[in-house]
Amino acid sequence: MMEAAKVLDAKGLACPMPVVRTKKAMDELHSGEVLEVHVTDKGAMNDMPAWAKASGHELIEQTEDGAVQKFWIKKN
Amino acid sequence: MSLKRMTSQELAHKVINGDRLFILDVRNTDEFDHWRIEGKGIEIINEPYFNLLEGVDHLAKSLPKDEPILTVCAKGGSSEFIGEQLVDAGFEQIYSLEGGMKAWSEHLEPVKIASFDHGGALYQFVRLGKGCLSYMLVSDGQAAVIDATRMIDVYQDFAKKRSLTIKYIFDTHLHADHISGGRALAEAIGASATYYLPPKDAEEVTYSYEPLVEGHNVVVGQSKINVQPIYSPGHTIGSTSFVIDDKYLLTGDILFVESIGRPDLAGKAEAWVADLRETLYNTYQQLSKELIVCPAHFSHMSEMDGTGAVKATLGELFKKNEGLQVHDEETFRKMVTENLPPQPNAYMDIRQVNMGKHKPNIEQQREMEMGPNRCAVHYKLRRME
Repeated sequence: MMEAAKVLDAKGLACPMPVVRTKKAMDELHSGEVLEVHVTDKGAMNDMPAWAKASGHELIEQTEDGAVQKFWIKKN
Repeated sequence: MSLKRMTSQELAHKVINGDRLFILDVRNTDEFDHWRIEGKGIEIINEPYFNLLEGVDHLAKSLPKDEPILTVCAKGGSSEFIGEQLVDAGFEQIYSLEGGMKAWSEHLEPVKIASFDHGGALYQFVRLGKGCLSYMLVSDGQAAVIDATRMIDVYQDFAKKRSLTIKYIFDTHLHADHISGGRALAEAIGASATYYLPPKDAEEVTYSYEPLVEGHNVVVGQSKINVQPIYSPGHTIGSTSFVIDDKYLLTGDILFVESIGRPDLAGKAEAWVADLRETLYNTYQQLSKELIVCPAHFSHMSEMDGTGAVKATLGELFKKNEGLQVHDEETFRKMVTENLPPQPNAYMDIRQVNMGKHKPNIEQQREMEMGPNRCAVHYKLRRME
């Protein structure tokens, strides 16, 4: 797995906050760096890949760990 | 100016009245394409909230300036977030749908569809967000509920306000598109209520029930409103219709206003085609054409009249419903077994829940029921949603 430059804990947050926080964290990274995000909100789980695609970032990996969904997103 | 809120009930009244309303749906586009708010007066556009995090400027030109705009999302959080931004951008009449599509999907709107000569009434509970129809028959302080949704509080509150005792609870068949509230409602009421299910649909159920069979009529209230079950298989092997007071035909998922039931949701399309044909083209054909058909679903807002009710006479359906005009058996077989629309969301799991084999929590139940009902076969090129 690619080393994440930053880990964002968005567990327990409801829409739209997981994506809002992810975007903010992403803005602070450099191009090519990877952000790891942990999410529990069902809606956000579907929105995260759609957001990444719409904003040109690459969703490298997505795993499920019980109720927690983890995303690794590489900054464009 | 500040953001205002709209409840599902307020939205339901607008949809039923055909009022003009502009909706901005901010869910992701897959969800929007799958399922959205519909209505005669509804103009709806989709822009996911995550495309608006930098601001709403690029969207502003697509939005009307001089009328209310309702923002909608899955649960109500993102629509508020975007709604606030629109208010900040100078829009003056911005509303957010409280509870989002989740609340919309669970809202039931009772519509009185009949008053009986000798007292009593029939109410259709319209689940606008999902296209499900359930019924309450009321007579003399007693009530019967047919095809109850899982929102059983709605029926209980309705009965309580009118001092009614719910005595009979029926499911016309084992549902595959939504979680039945029939058994839960019977349990909540206690020993005074009886839950009926067609035995042929109940072979795998894990709970006790009263068999719903032809020949065992039920009488509701002193004024004796007669409820007569008619075995009408095809959507499921047990599907049973009701004739109420010799005037109303509750068809379950066999016959709808603009379409007919699909035979494939229990995985037995080929085996059940002949039953479906027999029910529609023989059993129903022999009934009085004056009967008013009250189905368990609708797929299009065009099936709803100006009062919010979904019904039509059997005679009218034999003239207009395309599913009843297919005289060649082979054409009929192809129509109901080939090129069927996608099945309802999680339909296999929903059947398991309705059999009592699987007991999901409320969040999981909501998740399973997402999306339209998709219980109908529409002839020709009709779209399902």
